[in-house]
Amino acid sequence: MSSTASARPVNRTSPARWFDLSPTLLRTALPFVSLALMLAAIGWLNPRAISYMGFNLMLSLAIPVALATIAQMFVITVNELDLSAGFFISFIASVSVTMLHDTPLLGIAVIAGAVFVYAAIGALIHLRNLPSIVVTLGMAFVWQGLALMVLPQPGGKAPAWLQSFMAVHVPFVPFPIVAAAAIALVVHLALMKTSYGAVLRGIGGNQAAVARAGWSILHAKVLAFTLAGVFGVLSALTLVGLSTAGDANIGAGYTLLAIAGVILGGGEFMGGRVSAMGAVAGALTLTLASASLLSFMHIPTDWQTGANGVILIVVLALRAMIERRPK
Amino acid sequence: MTAGKTSIVAFSAVAKAYGNVKALNGVDFVVDAGECVGLVGHNGAGKSTLVNAIAGTIGTDAGRRTIAGQDLTEHSVVLAHKLGVRCVFQELSLCPNLTVAENARISHPSLTGWGSLRRADALIVAKLDDIFPGHGIRGDQIVGDLSIGRRQMVEVARVFTQSVDPIRLVILDEPTSSLDSHASAQLLAYVRRAVATGVSCIFISHLLNEVLASTDRIVVMRDGKVAVTGATIDFDREKLVAAMVGIVSARQNSVAKQRRGDAPLRVAVHKKHGAAGNDLDAKAGEIIGLSGLAAHGQSNLLVRIFQAASRRDRGVDVTATVAVVAGDRQTDGVFPLWSVLENIAVRSLSALSSYALISQEKQRAMGETWRQRLGIRTPDLGNSILSLSGGNQQKALFARALASDAQIILMDDPMRGVDIATKLEVYALIQEEAAKGRTFIWYTTEFEELENCDRVYVLRNGKIVAALDHDEVNEQNVIRSSFGEAA
Repeated sequence: MSSTASARPVNRTSPARWFDLSPTLLRTALPFVSLALMLAAIGWLNPRAISYMGFNLMLSLAIPVALATIAQMFVITVNELDLSAGFFISFIASVSVTMLHDTPLLGIAVIAGAVFVYAAIGALIHLRNLPSIVVTLGMAFVWQGLALMVLPQPGGKAPAWLQSFMAVHVPFVPFPIVAAAAIALVVHLALMKTSYGAVLRGIGGNQAAVARAGWSILHAKVLAFTLAGVFGVLSALTLVGLSTAGDANIGAGYTLLAIAGVILGGGEFMGGRVSAMGAVAGALTLTLASASLLSFMHIPTDWQTGANGVILIVVLALRAMIERRPK
Repeated sequence: MTAGKTSIVAFSAVAKAYGNVKALNGVDFVVDAGECVGLVGHNGAGKSTLVNAIAGTIGTDAGRRTIAGQDLTEHSVVLAHKLGVRCVFQELSLCPNLTVAENARISHPSLTGWGSLRRADALIVAKLDDIFPGHGIRGDQIVGDLSIGRRQMVEVARVFTQSVDPIRLVILDEPTSSLDSHASAQLLAYVRRAVATGVSCIFISHLLNEVLASTDRIVVMRDGKVAVTGATIDFDREKLVAAMVGIVSARQNSVAKQRRGDAPLRVAVHKKHGAAGNDLDAKAGEIIGLSGLAAHGQSNLLVRIFQAASRRDRGVDVTATVAVVAGDRQTDGVFPLWSVLENIAVRSLSALSSYALISQEKQRAMGETWRQRLGIRTPDLGNSILSLSGGNQQKALFARALASDAQIILMDDPMRGVDIATKLEVYALIQEEAAKGRTFIWYTTEFEELENCDRVYVLRNGKIVAALDHDEVNEQNVIRSSFGEAA
């Protein structure tokens, strides 16, 4: 049988190639197509918005949202979910406008301690084999309580250096776009192009296989949660840099916004399929949708959250259609 | 037994128990350098446990273990890897979300720094070229997008890639379970080449002709012990089966076929509208085989027939209820969080319910019936499905389909990695059910299984290229049609 078989060269693969590649490509492109459509819609409704000033205004909040999305993405990469992200951002924001402003060293210590807690949560989830949703949901209340203790009433003052950093203007290209591109690029290189990035994503895909190859899952999960903590801190800092003052609930909406951003950007809850570039594009899309498009469309604020959800569902439906194409 | 200079693996009196089950019960096992040892036995005979102990994924309770001259006191995958042990595990162990190159990278922690992915890419593609010329796999392809056959090629090629640590022993646990005969032959030829260069190999396969053709020595395991061992040339198929089963010799399955000309047509795939190039007819009581090289559209045809049962399809007529026995049980088969019973009952919930509530009594009765008929080895059907060995999980999937009201059973290479005793039991059951009027459509990658079929359709590039009657089914005809020499 083998002689018959090996005698003739088999080239049964070439016709399948186009289909092999295509869904992946479409899938990767979808977040950017959504973003482009969003911009086109805004430009059509309000041409003046598509300008240097317009982007600076429309996208100012995109930086903290993008950073929060990246934070969530690291956790999703290793098949976990972080429901405490928003309140963690609130807590760090509260610390930033009080301790970091008044006694910088203490503020830095508290923030570093909070990141350490994040890392410890990652270790706890792995070692005790706990569902991350439950643990982080519990932690959400902890962070919220701590935020209220630090900052019982809205107020405080963001450190001057933060405010001036967020007020930076870059010539020709709006600062938020530069910042978003930089974040996307750095995280993309780290997660998609390095060896350890492959290990992190591999854990999402098949944890047992990665463990068998001799990698420490504990190490990887702690790293993922630490990165989530670091990017959560960056998100909070940029947020108070923009708002100049704080509020114990300032980040409340960020948990779900960040999850939506990851998913909109082509990520999936399970299986280690994430995209840094896509996640940032997803964050920008969501920011534009909530802050600009819906207002330009004269949709009352009461309905905007719902309309945001509709956008999310439409994009996800498109993705499902791409996935269902025959391979 | 002490480790001689040329012994790669020297285990003596090794024991390992899981609760009350003695998976290994005093095993002596030696592999010499440059030797290919075939390891055969039932599911549950202890092969996987032995292999895992060698690969360092599990520890043992007693006995002395030496690998490459070094005594093992604790188990460590990293140490085993350093000593030169490489293993293809039975359940596919690639990360489906990563590319081929990234998967290769993960198994080589020594490749570091920028460009390491590129080097991993070169490494794996070169090895694929070496083992499976004409494989058509690119390093940047996502593993999840590859067919299961190609995934297995990547997995096999990966264990042969070398970065820093030497390769002394390669463990191949069912390496050909998803490969077509062409790729299997390529792999077996490569194994012989590797062994000639001094690499040792432990080869586990349920395809006994593969074991007989490519090993130097055969070790037969039964009930956690080494039952028989000897040079491969002293064995033949009958002897091996007898050694494995212990009591009965292999039954021949050439059941007398009666023509079922007047039976009602159950499935018809039409030439005009369908993707298929030929008609496919399946009548009540028939066992229909699908064959050809792996991943040439057989599974897709089954999916299409399944869908046609609930949704009109102009190319496919299905006139009865359908159930599927999945081949890739991790992905398409078991519900890992459910019990054995729930896994069996899920296809029949409406039949088991009264007033929208599932009747525990009926469910249990059904489960017990099928546990007995298929001989599912579990102390309690309420146990998790994952507590069963692979072969018994597959039996549970058979039970799910056979216990249902379905008159058409579609089988997607369901016997992958199932031991021969289980296979013989299931073949008999399929014949029995077919005699009662059920229709089976059976995709299989194993020639021997096609002998159970009334008619075999050979697929190539998604089209049916040949229809062989029971008498015409032999390896030569199938191969010839698969490769398009003659129809």
